[in-house]
Amino acid sequence: MTKTSSTSKKSQSVYAPSALHEESSSHTLAIVVNNEPGVLARIVGLFTGRGYNIDSLTVAETNHEENTSRITIVCSGTPAVIEQIKAQIKQVVSVKRVRDLTTFGPHIERELALVKVIGSGEKRIEALRIADVFRARPLDSTLESFVFEITGTTEKIDAFVALMKPLGLKDVSRTGVAAISRGLHSI
Amino acid sequence: MSTSKAKQDASKTAPKKPAQMSGAEIIIKALIDQGVEVIFGYPGGAVLPIYDEIFKNTDKIKHVLVRQEGGAVHAAEGYARSTGKVGCALVTSGPGATNAVTGLTDALLDSIPLVCLCGQVPTFLIGTDAFQEADTTGITRPCTKHNYLAQSAEALADTVHEAFHVARTGRPGPVVIDIPKDIQFAKATYHAPKPQAAQNYQPKTTPDAAAIEAAVELMANAKRPVFYTGGGVINAGPEASALLRELVRETGFPITSTLMGLGAYPATDKQWLGMLGMHGTFEANWAMHDCDVMINIGARFDDRVTGRTDKFSPDSHKIHVDIDASSINKNIRVDIPIVADAAQALRAMLEVWRARKYKADKSAMESWWNQINKWRTKNCLRYTNSKTVIKPQFALEKLREYTNNDPRETYITTEVGQHQMWAAQFLEFNEPNRWMTSGGLGTMGYGLPAAIGTQMAHPGALVIDVAGDASIMMNIQEISTAVQYKLPVKIFIMNNHWMGMVRQWQELLHGERYSNSYTESLPDFVKLAEAFGGIGLRAEKPDDLDKVIAEMLKTDRVTIADICVEQTENCFPMIPSGKAHNEMILSPDADKFDKSLV
Repeated sequence: MTKTSSTSKKSQSVYAPSALHEESSSHTLAIVVNNEPGVLARIVGLFTGRGYNIDSLTVAETNHEENTSRITIVCSGTPAVIEQIKAQIKQVVSVKRVRDLTTFGPHIERELALVKVIGSGEKRIEALRIADVFRARPLDSTLESFVFEITGTTEKIDAFVALMKPLGLKDVSRTGVAAISRGLHSI
Repeated sequence: MSTSKAKQDASKTAPKKPAQMSGAEIIIKALIDQGVEVIFGYPGGAVLPIYDEIFKNTDKIKHVLVRQEGGAVHAAEGYARSTGKVGCALVTSGPGATNAVTGLTDALLDSIPLVCLCGQVPTFLIGTDAFQEADTTGITRPCTKHNYLAQSAEALADTVHEAFHVARTGRPGPVVIDIPKDIQFAKATYHAPKPQAAQNYQPKTTPDAAAIEAAVELMANAKRPVFYTGGGVINAGPEASALLRELVRETGFPITSTLMGLGAYPATDKQWLGMLGMHGTFEANWAMHDCDVMINIGARFDDRVTGRTDKFSPDSHKIHVDIDASSINKNIRVDIPIVADAAQALRAMLEVWRARKYKADKSAMESWWNQINKWRTKNCLRYTNSKTVIKPQFALEKLREYTNNDPRETYITTEVGQHQMWAAQFLEFNEPNRWMTSGGLGTMGYGLPAAIGTQMAHPGALVIDVAGDASIMMNIQEISTAVQYKLPVKIFIMNNHWMGMVRQWQELLHGERYSNSYTESLPDFVKLAEAFGGIGLRAEKPDDLDKVIAEMLKTDRVTIADICVEQTENCFPMIPSGKAHNEMILSPDADKFDKSLV
């Protein structure tokens, strides 16, 4: 059982907030839901209603025969909050399965981004050179612009986008994280 | 002739086409198949086809016409809470549905099984801001356990059956079905209910055996144990209450309960400590604070129960049985979590306790009970009575005396505020399902419609709404419903002209600045009752009480007893702001209340 000292600050509410001080961490949740109207709103509403944070969200139908969709949510919180989030999601009637990939074991996370860079001369060449280093693919090109497609972890895309900024970054569209466990296990 | 015979034969052998029914017919048939006997509702444009079917089926299903949709949902809650069945409400689109929202939220927080059918504008008008259109599934998503927008008449029967299954299984709760008007008219085939096991939604109800064994072992070695039980025991049915009584008696442990759990264990029993929490008893809260093993069955560590969470029962090992996994470790970390139905967990605990021939530590229990009895000598509910003014506590003691002597079963509902806490403290509940109150949401205006729902379920019983003068005004229109259906509901108004609990907090916590908590123009409740076609009585002095209560219990119509009580009485004990269980303030020490805390 975790026991911590109370906060010294006097509370303004009737009951002082819980004084648990724990480190916040990021977790990737894979959620299989019935693909029915409003199901995404149920999950998202649960996060807003209870004050949880969503860092990234991806959703699409993944099994047409079973009529199920897979939602991948990256959220952050203390271990207690993460446990609550999972428990709350599990009790939504439309949810079939929830798996915390972060605690489940090794897993892969990928994000795809489309990045538009506008520029000319040396900057344009530099953008193409960096794109090559990052294995980003030009999908569209004019004499003054590129649209790159880049796939990778969130950190890799963050790094690529940061490098493109001084080179004429204009527009970014990101998919959010899709994640799956390594090896034989499925959720 | 031969050809016509051949035709006849053909019609005999051809596969029989299932009978086609309208969506509205399917709904009513499904309700009947789900065992619905009473439905509380209010008609409107978008539900007229369903009302048409009700008109044709008055012999099978009784409809109670309320005066506002909020009343329908609270009435269904009272019906559900007092019977253990699923309550049913029917409202129209737009304002009908939005008026139902408070009741739905109330049922969600107090885990009351409900199915609320809402009319909706026709499918082809959805999204056009049509007359009386509201995004009902959107609005009710966070305040229901689950909700549906009916997509086709063909799926309607299965949807209704599933809604009842979802409402009653697992942690019970409200379910909304939003039904566009064109689907109520469309023809389709009816499907009978599927067996429970064939439903998609299958919540976990059986406890983990190892966890039960660990819990019971902890109990057997406890020196200062306490049972802390809640509404989950009531929801698990009368069997859960019976098992709880067996377990509590065999262990010899003390027991306290939340507001929602009152009645699961008899309040007249010697092991009963009274309710716990903000206005709970001294002995219950101190036992919670000082215990070494806490056995929580079907309660959810609500903030009104725990007080300051970091000082909550600091030295105890905690066992938590809850059917809702998300209630475990939400507010308070526990040592042994058990996700299960309360009845199943209690049965498993009893089996282990008996099989292993456990006995509670006799000497430890003796000193624990000595300690508890010392706390009891505080007599924390005592108050200074008066010969000239009716003390609210005295009025309730009188009410208790009269209801105890009444041969009928007594059901109590309440509104929300001081009167609710006094009712919980001073009335005694010895059976489950006899106490209907709005615990989680704290909905003023709950009590009267809930009493109507309760009386519909128990026509011969004595049903009393213990009310405050402010709360009763929130759904006063429902007296008219009680009159229409000849429901002899008693409304016991503890009239102090104030929003008593607001006034109390303003006195104790807001520098006695009584902002908008006094009602300067209350109606004459006696004349009001008469205007509605009921009976009005009034008690102004303590000596009037006997006569008024005796008269109230005798009436065969809805009756208001206007009890003019002490205006500035405060409800004690009270755990003040930001304090722990062992820092509660009792009535004689009211002046010690640290008003600088907020």
